[in-house]
Amino acid sequence: MLGYAARRLLLAIPVLLIISFVIFSLLTLAPNDPLGDLPLTIPPEVRADMRAALGLDQPFFIRFLLWLHQFFVNEPMNLLQAMTGLDFRDAHRTRVLSWTTRSPVVDLIVQRLPQTLWVVGLAYLFGVMLAVPIGVLSAYRQHSWFDQIGAFVAMVGYSTPTFFTGVVLIVVFSVKLKWFPSVYDTNLKVTDWASFIAQVRQMALPVLVLTLYNTSQISRFVRASMLDNLHQDYVRTARAKGVKERSVVLFHVLRNSLIPVVTVVALGVPTIFSGAIVTEQVFRVNGLGQLLITAIQSGDLPLVQTLTFIFAVLIVAFNLIADLLYGLLDPRISYE
Amino acid sequence: MSEATTVADAPADALGGHVWRQFRRHPGGVAGLVVFVIISFAVLFGPFLHRIDPNKISIRERNEGPSLLHPFGTDNLGHDLFAQVLAGGRVSLAVGVAAMALSLALGASVGVASGYWRRLDGPLMRLTDLFLALPLLPLLLVAVTLFREPLRAGFGPSTGIFILIVSSIGVTSWMHTARIVRGDVLAVKRLEFVLAAQASGMRSRRILIRHILPNVLSSILVSATLGMAAAIITESVLSFLGLGFPPDFPTWGRLLFDGVSFMQITPARVIWPGLAISLTVLSVNYIGDAIRDALDPRALRR
Repeated sequence: MLGYAARRLLLAIPVLLIISFVIFSLLTLAPNDPLGDLPLTIPPEVRADMRAALGLDQPFFIRFLLWLHQFFVNEPMNLLQAMTGLDFRDAHRTRVLSWTTRSPVVDLIVQRLPQTLWVVGLAYLFGVMLAVPIGVLSAYRQHSWFDQIGAFVAMVGYSTPTFFTGVVLIVVFSVKLKWFPSVYDTNLKVTDWASFIAQVRQMALPVLVLTLYNTSQISRFVRASMLDNLHQDYVRTARAKGVKERSVVLFHVLRNSLIPVVTVVALGVPTIFSGAIVTEQVFRVNGLGQLLITAIQSGDLPLVQTLTFIFAVLIVAFNLIADLLYGLLDPRISYE
Repeated sequence: MSEATTVADAPADALGGHVWRQFRRHPGGVAGLVVFVIISFAVLFGPFLHRIDPNKISIRERNEGPSLLHPFGTDNLGHDLFAQVLAGGRVSLAVGVAAMALSLALGASVGVASGYWRRLDGPLMRLTDLFLALPLLPLLLVAVTLFREPLRAGFGPSTGIFILIVSSIGVTSWMHTARIVRGDVLAVKRLEFVLAAQASGMRSRRILIRHILPNVLSSILVSATLGMAAAIITESVLSFLGLGFPPDFPTWGRLLFDGVSFMQITPARVIWPGLAISLTVLSVNYIGDAIRDALDPRALRR
């Protein structure tokens, strides 16, 4: 198991290098001039200076290697320095700079991360917590009215794009009923009870939208996985031994059914981050997704490159976690 | 609509009639098929009955509620919303079908090639894994933004964007089809009739077309429906983020995006396009579910 994990970790390095190269070449080789939006009255030599200031006069590979060095060496060193307070000698350590704000990209990301994590994380947590009981009950009472309605609601929730559910909820709950604000107040600081309530109220709608989507996706998996297990021989054996129905379902069946569900949940983590791009746009949450959209619109290539690469790291990491969890949870799977 | 008819009269497939019988027993699938046919007909032939130009501006009639002349009301420039939803549906469905076709073609060829030829299996599957590890939505957004201008200059504003969106969605969504088709090809390849065909000296290309493809058609069909639903959603996401089609070229996602700023005055502008997207995707998903159930060997015994 440990050997397998080490092998997979080593394999992840070339994969991530290739991915970062793909992203970089797509961004760099695209027929699009980063300075194209600037006024035409700028004299050519000033324009050349500006290109040099952005590092655009360097050849393609130098720029790629520079980004790699900045992202993989300089930024972790900086983080280490900030965390330990130690001062490493290199004072000229360059960081990945955003073209529009001229501030380090990583600082921007650190600013935006908490909002995304709160909204997306809570929604995923609620989604899993709701999906498991719904899936168990639907599978246990297959073809009952609860199962039928649950299947229909899951199908609707899964087919309705989150921007539509979000907009409908805004129309109903913010415009008509005025229960919740429609726009996320990003300056709100939680200091006392009243501001905490305000924070909960402004998070309610985005979390609700994403929860609905996550629940409908995961509950379908839980139900299918429960159905696979409910008719196995070991369940009949447990019942024949006189184990109470409750513990047959909750301990024997559910435990085994959750194995594939855990992998699906782990694999779903990166996709919900990209799902949050849309939801953040609907509710104007200033999270990572919104940062990515503004970066794309303003042609801020270093920021786009770094953010997209971080999304890729998430995907690779959670794929690895899902595979390892599968091996840990299911004794039938062996990686040796 | 085309999915179901191909199921019904799939050539050289004795299962065809059986699959159609199973399909009809799935109430969700039948309802989905009916809804999808109705939406497609409305979108294709509606503009011949409802003869208002979707791009006609009449400021006097702006922000109106539903009336006989304008069943869905009008927007802030007096565009007829019903005509716009119908016109947008044509584009959305066309993008869905075209992107699905492209992703199927890519996925099926990669899947068949890597399942049939051992030597190609390793590299092609690593390529598939690599694509699966890419953050697709961010890359789609980037690609659509960066390649917009050159394609627009090359093919004109609407055709250029259409090509761009269809090809970017197709290129980023073929991987699941490839994996499923590869698995099926690996299973079919070992069956006796393929061995017999190989022994009789049939060339690989003919074996692929005559024997392998008809037998993996069923899983291709299921991924076709799911792929189409996903493509419609992706296009509307792009349009909703303002990175899709230009404003004078309505699609359902674009109409919704434009309607969001006015949802306090005319909520109908977000409700109808959103409903159209959701209903279409829901019906296509139900059709896919029904086909999958109908093809499930466990269901055959019943």
